[in-house]
Amino acid sequence: MDQIAFIFDILLPALMQGLVVTLKLIVWSAPFGLALGIGVAAGRQYGGPVLSRVCKTFVFLIKGTPLLLLLFILYFGLPSIGITFTALTASVIGFILCNGAYNSEYIRGALLSIKDGQMIAAQALGMTRAQAIRNVIMPQALRRAIPGLSNEFIYLIKYSSLAYMITVVELSGVGKNVATKYFIYTETFMVVGIVYLALVTITTVAVNILEKRVAVPGMNRAAAAQL
Amino acid sequence: MSDNNIVLRVEDIHKSFGNNEVLRGISFGVRRGETKVFIGPSGTGKSTLLRCINQLTIPDRGSVWLDGEEVTNSGARINYFRQKIGMVFQNYYLFDHLTALKNVELALLKVRGMSRSEAREKALTELRQVGLEDWADHYPAELSGGQAQRVSIARALAMDPDVILFDEPTSALDPELTREVLEVMKKLALQGMTMLVVTHEMGFACSVATEILFMENGVVAEQGTPDLLMHDPKFTRMKNFIGQFDSYRGD
Amino acid sequence: MDVLSILIDWSPYIVAGIAATLGLVLIALGIGILLGLPMALGQVYGSRPVRWAIGIYVWFFRGLPILVLLFLFWFGIFPGIGLGDLPAFVVGAVVLGLRGAAYQSQIFRGAIQSIGEGQMIAARSLGMSRFIAIYSVILPQAMRIALPGWSNEYPNMLTDSAVCYAIGVAELLTVTSRIVSQTYLTMPIFLASAGIFILLNYGGIKVLHGVERRIAIPGFGSGAV
Repeated sequence: MDQIAFIFDILLPALMQGLVVTLKLIVWSAPFGLALGIGVAAGRQYGGPVLSRVCKTFVFLIKGTPLLLLLFILYFGLPSIGITFTALTASVIGFILCNGAYNSEYIRGALLSIKDGQMIAAQALGMTRAQAIRNVIMPQALRRAIPGLSNEFIYLIKYSSLAYMITVVELSGVGKNVATKYFIYTETFMVVGIVYLALVTITTVAVNILEKRVAVPGMNRAAAAQL
Repeated sequence: MSDNNIVLRVEDIHKSFGNNEVLRGISFGVRRGETKVFIGPSGTGKSTLLRCINQLTIPDRGSVWLDGEEVTNSGARINYFRQKIGMVFQNYYLFDHLTALKNVELALLKVRGMSRSEAREKALTELRQVGLEDWADHYPAELSGGQAQRVSIARALAMDPDVILFDEPTSALDPELTREVLEVMKKLALQGMTMLVVTHEMGFACSVATEILFMENGVVAEQGTPDLLMHDPKFTRMKNFIGQFDSYRGD
Repeated sequence: MDVLSILIDWSPYIVAGIAATLGLVLIALGIGILLGLPMALGQVYGSRPVRWAIGIYVWFFRGLPILVLLFLFWFGIFPGIGLGDLPAFVVGAVVLGLRGAAYQSQIFRGAIQSIGEGQMIAARSLGMSRFIAIYSVILPQAMRIALPGWSNEYPNMLTDSAVCYAIGVAELLTVTSRIVSQTYLTMPIFLASAGIFILLNYGGIKVLHGVERRIAIPGFGSGAV
């Protein structure tokens, strides 16, 4: 009875505040992470030798570095060279960089799977390379990348918890604070976990719906091959 | 060059891939409304020739002229010429993520800058022209090869090109599907469309072509009306080639 | 004070941090295989309750952030079952391993399911029991198919291991922030640490690719999954 009161009267109201921060982190990071992923993939695939090398190095460095260390660099490191962000901004930047790098890998794989004929046909109609990429190649590649991109989105939800390590009190941060204050750990973190599970599960369902809605007959072969 | 009716002029086109010289100096002129058919063994550069005309492949030497303007070395203006020179590919190359209608619309919207309603109307007209108005909302994967190829013809037609290049348009198709595509092409020829066609369909060549160009080893070996090439004893090489072809089929 | 001499001064700690990081990764990967493989078999060949239980386990451990899992076990579950004295390192490795098992089980499951039905039928027709067929025909093929996907677990595990900082495991990131707080040479130390992580990351991947090549069977598409 005590526990139920704790969960409903104390924990959940507090977690709602944390949830708002978590959602803020995700909502700010995801669109830019997608845009960065598209940009990096396109730059790597269609850019000149310099741009493509830059994009490749970016992915290499970000994938090699733990996200938590990246956040430390952005929040604790950069001020030492005169660049200061709020903890929230530093987190969002870190998530965008990380999400963008991983997204770019899926998009690049999808770009590679689009047959040359699509570009040739677009150019034969008088499209510039950039027009062909925007109107023909990218729409196909993004559809094929949906399973991978949605995986990354789910990772983003979960790794948004790392913002707590640089003082952003989001969902897990609130959980930690409440747990420490009331000395109730297992129940608190279970409930926090269930909130994350709910977010992840909702996303999974939403992605399935999205995938069906943008599905094009005969175009899901690459997606099937990835599984 | 003095002929005012010449819409497309190809002069001395050369192209090598590595050490392999695929085209060794090809020249010809195309009058408005003509259908020129290119015949010849595979690997003799017929498809490369077509791609050199709209610069999808850049020739090593030679020039291409459309209505008195140079297509070769035209820089960014090439996209203007490519609108005027339609192309139909062996494997259709329909945009896989778009319906038949949207395939035809896309370049009208993005390259021509037409309004949505204008583009839609134009696209539907062209689909009607190839007999596929009812299939407008189907995706490429839902079309037969013949239907897909007809959509790709409509897509080329929609740009109101001065000339259309057909690169083995029926080679990927079963015989019965081949017929529906050839019929559309025949209709276009009768309507006065200027066409360059690379094909192995001798029946089509003989009945539709104003001129056949027989290519071998990167040059035009024989050239003339179908009647001339088929019956004049002076010409032997194309007849030999067709003979081989027929005996293969007989097996 | 230049960076290099500081790094040299601190090198015993850095080496210990690297050792702890690699220790976390190797133990966790080991736990991941030991639990993940039976779980995969259970999900493919098990009875309905078994499949259901494993499904819930996978859903739970894949759905929770690693940070929350670490907090849950470090502050809650282990003390709750009388294991409050476990060192942070052990808790970190175990939690990474339990979570890794959930991910790895799905890699193994996909590989097992990709083996054609004919293999099992052929094995049974030779008089093999189901167990022997799985052990001597299905698994040797499935493990090879799973390897490329499994290799990805290494870099993931390596970068996730840094989150053990949150419960005070003295791994590389913890050592890094300790050096930073003592020397105030913030950026150079962080970047050097990132460099070490990157080296461990791609070095390990290289080793795994070497293993993949060595156990490759001609004509057996290990890149299929």
